[in-house]
Amino acid sequence: MFRNQYDTDVTTWSPAGRLFQVEYAMEAVKQGSAAIGLRSKTHVVLACVNKASSELSSHQKKIFKVDDHIGVSIAGLTADGRVLSRYMRNECINYSYTYESPLPVGRLVVQLADKAQVCTQRSWKRPYGVGLLVGGLDESGAHLYYNCPSGNYFEYQAFAIGSRSQAAKTYLERKFEGFTESSRENLIKDALFALRETLQGEKLTSSTCTIAVVGVGEAFHILDQETVQSLINEFEIVGEEPPADEATVPDQGGVAEPGPADQGTPTDQGVTPMDV
Amino acid sequence: MNVADSAPAMNNLIGSDADSQRTLYPYVTGTSVVGIKYKDGILLAADMGDYLACHDSGSYGSTLRYKTVERMKSVGKHSIIGASGEISDFQEIMRYLDELILYDNMWDDGNSFGPKEVHNYLTRVMYNRRNKFNPLWNSLVLGGVKNGQKYLGTVNMIGVHYEDNHVATGFGNHLSRPILRDEWHENLTFEEGVKLLEKCMRVLLYRDRSAVNKLQIAKITEEGVTISQPYSLKTFWNFAAFQNPTVGAEGSW
Repeated sequence: MFRNQYDTDVTTWSPAGRLFQVEYAMEAVKQGSAAIGLRSKTHVVLACVNKASSELSSHQKKIFKVDDHIGVSIAGLTADGRVLSRYMRNECINYSYTYESPLPVGRLVVQLADKAQVCTQRSWKRPYGVGLLVGGLDESGAHLYYNCPSGNYFEYQAFAIGSRSQAAKTYLERKFEGFTESSRENLIKDALFALRETLQGEKLTSSTCTIAVVGVGEAFHILDQETVQSLINEFEIVGEEPPADEATVPDQGGVAEPGPADQGTPTDQGVTPMDV
Repeated sequence: MNVADSAPAMNNLIGSDADSQRTLYPYVTGTSVVGIKYKDGILLAADMGDYLACHDSGSYGSTLRYKTVERMKSVGKHSIIGASGEISDFQEIMRYLDELILYDNMWDDGNSFGPKEVHNYLTRVMYNRRNKFNPLWNSLVLGGVKNGQKYLGTVNMIGVHYEDNHVATGFGNHLSRPILRDEWHENLTFEEGVKLLEKCMRVLLYRDRSAVNKLQIAKITEEGVTISQPYSLKTFWNFAAFQNPTVGAEGSW
């Protein structure tokens, strides 16, 4: 991106009709770690890559439950994402209180987009530097939306945002036509495969990713590490290269796994089980 | 009520300026509304008589002043509301509801408020007004059908609200609900439902002094709302005691 004289504040147009500050905000989304969403007729799966700033720290929370029927995954400035999630939770709870009914996702997304738009038209504000993949259910079925810092929103069958998301998008573009009729398990499997694409060779384990699901009859929830690890093993989704050294890959796959009957042995027993 | 640090006008809650700002007693009132679920949806019945209260420092009676007031109205595509109590407050409620439905339609996104949402919204409004000591002096019945689901609920001026297979307001609770408890069942046909409602309304006509013999029946199904033309019930007054009402007690004291 080029520096130029029209990018100092968000209320200045460039001669070409662009708002550079908004475009820079969208750059921030591209720099964040990847987040992926896909939907079928009845389910939405959100997945994201866990990035920890160092081995000593925990990873950033990128998936938020907004209500029983709505969840969001973010990429970009996670602090902005957290604040917007709080706004969404508030809207949902107020609507439920007044109408005893869940807020339709489509309406929440419009409110969110309008909120983002305000920041593109006030000289004393800056655009939110976060992209949100909003997955939720309403009367007409499962929906996945992408909300942009620009205040635009789009509905998607599947989408990926953040760094190296193009690799995931390529995978999704190949497979998306089957998603509508997909089963819940296959949808999760596709999410994991798409996520692996963004890792570019790094090993996919349950500690490097987070998966969340919402569906008809299934409230939004984040899958726990054991479940994710056993799904990874079941689908035999492993990195292309063997890991350089196992000790530095924190892995919760301990010996005593109360997981499902499938005891597909994790390829590396956790040397140092770490609280992620 | 916290009076200690109020403005002077609020010191004396009775007969002060502030009183002209809030409802103290109703002036033009309608009587019971009765509602039942039936096979295809909901049926509501209400009469068309409104009484004008005559108040000074004590009650002085009332006059049957308005005989063509419609106390049942449709709300959006999926609901109907029936109101008893102060009619001007009902008109205000209709303005709130029409605005609610308008904004709902303006989203233009395929979603729409069903009877459950409208009922809960109303409950919030009624309860909030009650908490401010400025109630909307009504008892409301809210019914409807959405996506095949039937809904029937009631809410009153103090915010008490519930749903049931049959509901009523005012005297209807005392005179009609017992009949409905015995005779209501799932899958009433339209004709059976109307007959049952007429039975309830007839009892109210005989026994509620503010009932009049001119009623309407409102029906809501998945297809929509129909409110019947006003009609009257057959009554029987030919009892021997009425022929010669003063026998055994002639004259004044």
